[in-house]
Amino acid sequence: MQWEVVIGLEIHVQLANKSKIFSGASTAYGAEPNTQACAVDMGLPGVLPVFNGGALRKSVMFGLAIDAQINERSVFDRKNYFYPDSPKAYQISQLYYPVVGKGSIDIDLENGSTKCIGVTRAHMEEDAGKSLHEDFHGQTGIDLNRAGTPLLEIVSEPDMRSAKEAVAYMRKIHSIVRYLGVSDGNMQEGSFRCDANVSLRPKGQEEFGTRTELKNINSFRFVEKAINVEIERQMDILESGGTITQETRLYDADKNETRSMRSKEEANDYRYFPDPDLLPIVISQEEIEQICTTLPELPDAKCKRFVTELGLSEKDARALTSDRDMADYFEQVQQSIDDARMAANWLLGEVSARLNKNALEIKDSPVNAEGLTGLLKRIKDNTISGKIAKDVFEAMWEEGGDADSIIESKGLKQITDTSAIEAIIDEVIVANPSQMEEFKAGKDKLIGFFVGQVMKASKGKANPGQVNQLLQKKLKS
Amino acid sequence: MYTLDKSDVEKIAFLARLGIDEQDIPEYATNLTNILDMVEQLNSVDTDDVKPMAHPLDGVQRLRPDEVTETNDRENLMAHAPETEAGLFLVPRVVE
Amino acid sequence: MHNKTIAELISGLEAGEFSSVELTQSYLDRISSLDQHLNSFITVTSERALEQAQQADAQRAAGQAGLLNGIPLAQKDIFCTKDVKTSCGSRMLDPFISPYNATVIEKFNASGAVMLGKTNMDEFAMGSSNETSWYCPVKNPWALKAVPGGSSGGSAAAVAARLAPAATGTDTGGSIRQPASFCGVTGLKPTYGRVSRYGMIAFASSLDQAGPMTRTAEDAALLLNVMAGLDLRDSTSVDKDVPDYTGSLNNELDGLKIGLPKEYFSEGLDDAVAKVIEDAIKEYEKMGAVVSEISLPNSKLAVPTYYIIAPSECSSNLSRMDGVRFGHRCENPRDLNDLYIRSRGEGFGPEVKRRILVGTYALSEGFYDAYYVKAQKTRRLISNDFNNAFENVDVIMGPAAPSPAFNIGELMDDPITMYLSDIYTIAVNLAGLPGMSIPAGFVNNRPVGLQLIGRHFDEAKLLNIAHKFQKVTDWHTQGPGQFV
Repeated sequence: MQWEVVIGLEIHVQLANKSKIFSGASTAYGAEPNTQACAVDMGLPGVLPVFNGGALRKSVMFGLAIDAQINERSVFDRKNYFYPDSPKAYQISQLYYPVVGKGSIDIDLENGSTKCIGVTRAHMEEDAGKSLHEDFHGQTGIDLNRAGTPLLEIVSEPDMRSAKEAVAYMRKIHSIVRYLGVSDGNMQEGSFRCDANVSLRPKGQEEFGTRTELKNINSFRFVEKAINVEIERQMDILESGGTITQETRLYDADKNETRSMRSKEEANDYRYFPDPDLLPIVISQEEIEQICTTLPELPDAKCKRFVTELGLSEKDARALTSDRDMADYFEQVQQSIDDARMAANWLLGEVSARLNKNALEIKDSPVNAEGLTGLLKRIKDNTISGKIAKDVFEAMWEEGGDADSIIESKGLKQITDTSAIEAIIDEVIVANPSQMEEFKAGKDKLIGFFVGQVMKASKGKANPGQVNQLLQKKLKS
Repeated sequence: MYTLDKSDVEKIAFLARLGIDEQDIPEYATNLTNILDMVEQLNSVDTDDVKPMAHPLDGVQRLRPDEVTETNDRENLMAHAPETEAGLFLVPRVVE
Repeated sequence: MHNKTIAELISGLEAGEFSSVELTQSYLDRISSLDQHLNSFITVTSERALEQAQQADAQRAAGQAGLLNGIPLAQKDIFCTKDVKTSCGSRMLDPFISPYNATVIEKFNASGAVMLGKTNMDEFAMGSSNETSWYCPVKNPWALKAVPGGSSGGSAAAVAARLAPAATGTDTGGSIRQPASFCGVTGLKPTYGRVSRYGMIAFASSLDQAGPMTRTAEDAALLLNVMAGLDLRDSTSVDKDVPDYTGSLNNELDGLKIGLPKEYFSEGLDDAVAKVIEDAIKEYEKMGAVVSEISLPNSKLAVPTYYIIAPSECSSNLSRMDGVRFGHRCENPRDLNDLYIRSRGEGFGPEVKRRILVGTYALSEGFYDAYYVKAQKTRRLISNDFNNAFENVDVIMGPAAPSPAFNIGELMDDPITMYLSDIYTIAVNLAGLPGMSIPAGFVNNRPVGLQLIGRHFDEAKLLNIAHKFQKVTDWHTQGPGQFV
């Protein structure tokens, strides 16, 4: 039996608003418990919600970025359920009339092609508080700081057919929201959370199979693993003639398996109805157009521009634009040294290698764009060679400091003085008589040997181009 | 007309997390059935072309500027909470 | 002193005839000796009141007197009052000391008013007789075995018995107007959105409004001047200028077009009450008004519509009462569900439970369209009826209740008949219109109120119409024998 995998993702994005979606309390991460939960966030008797216009703005920006329909009129509904992290015992969300309708994005597949993934809708809602499960003598502690943080829930069409596609989609959405400044997308802090709906169906069947929901997976790596492990689990069941139970499952990263969640609220009836404390949200065409003009350049457009205007390869352009911070870093360097190729090579080479090795994000790089610019400038103006630059870079990374001071303190300035180089060449020729003879006898390849010796004698500081040139002259004479 | 029975009341009461004494359930079932009977009158009117009215006045939601206007008021807001510790509200252990 | 109106008290304070402290103390004394017969107060804030009174006197002396400086008022226990118990008439909130003030309370504080205490009410504003309060029923000062009406029964009784010169009430289906009618006082439910709901514990969010309960229309205008206005904390609060409601009280009523809905004068209305209303209408004709019969054809849908919408909204609004962050919590909960189920089971009374169950059912899967959405549609029909009527008339009049106050215990076993006592008031909330009840006479020594219904934001006109009636009649000056 050939099985087809069907995956849909629901991504909850915390919007980068300063204040909550329905109150004026702060959304800053990491505060002491319940110090950023005002009366409204605590759901005290008599309080009322007031809607943050900034949340609307960011939601519309996202909708525009994915070419989605923006609904000029949307409504907040109450989703009723009892859970201690939900202080009003209802979550204010949007069911019937979401702010963003159908849209789509293109994802980049491994073979270089792109696939279009549909987005069904995106709606605004409020985040819940946090349950702290450290033991308080057999009780759970509730912190409502997070309650009321603005969320945008982005629902994809069930268009993905593999875990890799799911990750590519997730990365694309992540990139877009960060590009737009709609969210910081920080998965460790919970501002970007992904639920995956996974099902299998016999290839060729139109009807979807029963799906399970994998909840709260907070890294790209885990999404891929979780989905794959779930696909295997489902396939085992189906192949042995069983049926899939529709349920919510948690991914256990240590055991690399999914397990059924203790029923939070089995078969919950959320009794959605329009929230009578909030009026319909209306946004005019003019306002939407105004927001459109403020959109920054998006990853796909930037990638295209890097290829057509800066002459980068598509592969490099894609790698540089996948993350906004990376793209910004690149552009800052590129604009300063006016050499896209060099900037790209360094960023995708030296810098990325070290970031990956140390599991760092570009924003945490010890060498920032200014620093790298300073270094590359010295290559371009021949102060140092490209090879020496790598050493300088290592020093900048490990010990800090700017290129100039390191070059100075370690005496790494390139030797470009012709007579100085000639002097070294003379010494090398004298020190290697047999190779000299072989060369004179016709073994031209030995020029490489001599270049190497000169470089070694100069501790790498001699300008390689000049060495070559002068050696040629000397040897030929 | 649909009559509500004991199990209906129990289901709805659970959805609402509302404790009802066993012996009172039949009375609630009767009360509810009577009320639902009364509201059946709404079906005497054709409302196919009528737009639902969620708010009595036509209005549009006001937008609040994205500013932080509330400061920490934890001591005051939690002063009379039934059970707290270390600045947290306490509930019976929640197992996920 | 206790028979003076607020307008008179303001003059008295201005003239230095008495101080606010004296005034406040005299009301506190009355409450302490007389309220035992009525149970109209849940909490009397004596110390706080006297402190406020002192401050008010000081402010007046410094020339900084606000609109209601030094005037003692009773506040319905549905308004959150900072550091003061706010129970909403329920065991669920019996331990609740509010950490903040409702906007209405803030406004009264800013005007220099004094709070005598929190008045008794039907639990969570659900009821028409003040018998569902956890703190025992309130008695009607006109007949101690009768109900004062509800849910603002405590406020109505306190004002009628002169235990406070005025009080606040809230009205979701008639809870200001019906008790005003039963207790012979003046009550106004403003247009939806006129007065802020922030800090007013929610029953049915799209229907609730706060309003004044006083002995005269002029006093109601004085209170509304302070209560009304945009509140940015309430998304449903309307941004509309607040006129001086006392400014137009004496406008002539020549040519005023009054509509009498024929549906309000049919079966179900007590004959004697009908007579009182007819006589009241005649007074208006004498003043130059023109009376005509109108029709509100969907009137009979009002009660069923309300009994889906209100319980649906309240079932959701009351879900936050779960024993976690405030209020009653059961002992030794076994687990989370047990905490919720028992806390709420112990905290809520039977009427509240009934409505939560109805509302939960109406919103539940499979029934949402048939009940809730349907009711939203019939709501529009009812609202349209009023819009149509107001094309031809300026004000709609009729009885506020089908009968005078019934006796305590009479309707407790009969929820549906109880619901029907709101038959004339409910539609007004569904349409969000302003409504008043003013004393118009007596039947068997129990007061009967005339209801006035206006267009949206026509409070000034209603107060004017009420005031003119009170200039040619003296029903509103009469008080129950032992309390006057």
